[in-house]
Amino acid sequence: MVKNIKLIAVVFLVIVSFFILLKGLNKTNNYSPNLKSSNIDFNFKAKFLYSNEETTLHELINDKDFSLINIWASWCLPCRDEHPYLLNLNSLGKLNIIGINYKDSEVNAKKFIKELGNPYSKIVVDPSGVNSIELGAYGVPETILINNNSKTILKKYIGPLDDKKLADLKMIIKNEN
Amino acid sequence: MKIKILVLTIFYLIGSFNLSYAANSEKVDQISKNLRCLICQGQSVYDSQSDFALSMKILIQSKIDEGKNDEQIYDFLKSKYGEWIVYDPEINKNTVLLWVLPLILFVFGSILILRKVSIK
Repeated sequence: MVKNIKLIAVVFLVIVSFFILLKGLNKTNNYSPNLKSSNIDFNFKAKFLYSNEETTLHELINDKDFSLINIWASWCLPCRDEHPYLLNLNSLGKLNIIGINYKDSEVNAKKFIKELGNPYSKIVVDPSGVNSIELGAYGVPETILINNNSKTILKKYIGPLDDKKLADLKMIIKNEN
Repeated sequence: MKIKILVLTIFYLIGSFNLSYAANSEKVDQISKNLRCLICQGQSVYDSQSDFALSMKILIQSKIDEGKNDEQIYDFLKSKYGEWIVYDPEINKNTVLLWVLPLILFVFGSILILRKVSIK
């Protein structure tokens, strides 16, 4: 009887750990939270890159149907790679692209824009990185698609935009219309 | 005598200022030790020097300055980054196994031991 219990216990434990590990295999390491619209802080305050005035997210996302918030920095190499995609999206004319310049120097940021073109309708600066955290961001680059009318987050991309994400973005905008 | 009092007051003020400052950063340390640095592997925000963690510490400090308590700060961060950011998982249907498994093992083990003892 004692032997039986031991055997059952071992088998039980092996089965349990097997399923726990199996479940762990399917889980992605890159954790991304489910964002709810209420989690966006529209009172978020930041200064413009090209002027010293302060603004809020409310003021930033007023025109057009969709806003694309893009967090970037001149020192971030993947941001350089995704820049053509932003320019491409801007040419669609349906998006209000807002840049958040993350932990950057003003001179370098302006140089970056001068060199690669400006897809942004407005650029605000985030020298301490606190604003980005208030948006729930991880780092650079990161892109958040917002529906301006319903004030909801439609999609969030961590990492640089690529062909697949661009197609995905265009799809979402098309479907929402 | 007056000068003595003045000097003492100044020292006291400097001391108390330092104390209050130190108390705050200690609080930041305390809170950030309970937060997972989401972009680093297996580090807390306290341990990490990544941009994410540094900004997080500034944010925590500013929340403390605003007069928010620990609970409010954790709740704020959970609403932004989800449950995963805190090292203390709540009991819900996803984590129930995590909480209950040690208990089950403990009960099971004690049954085994008791049986062995009673047989002898």
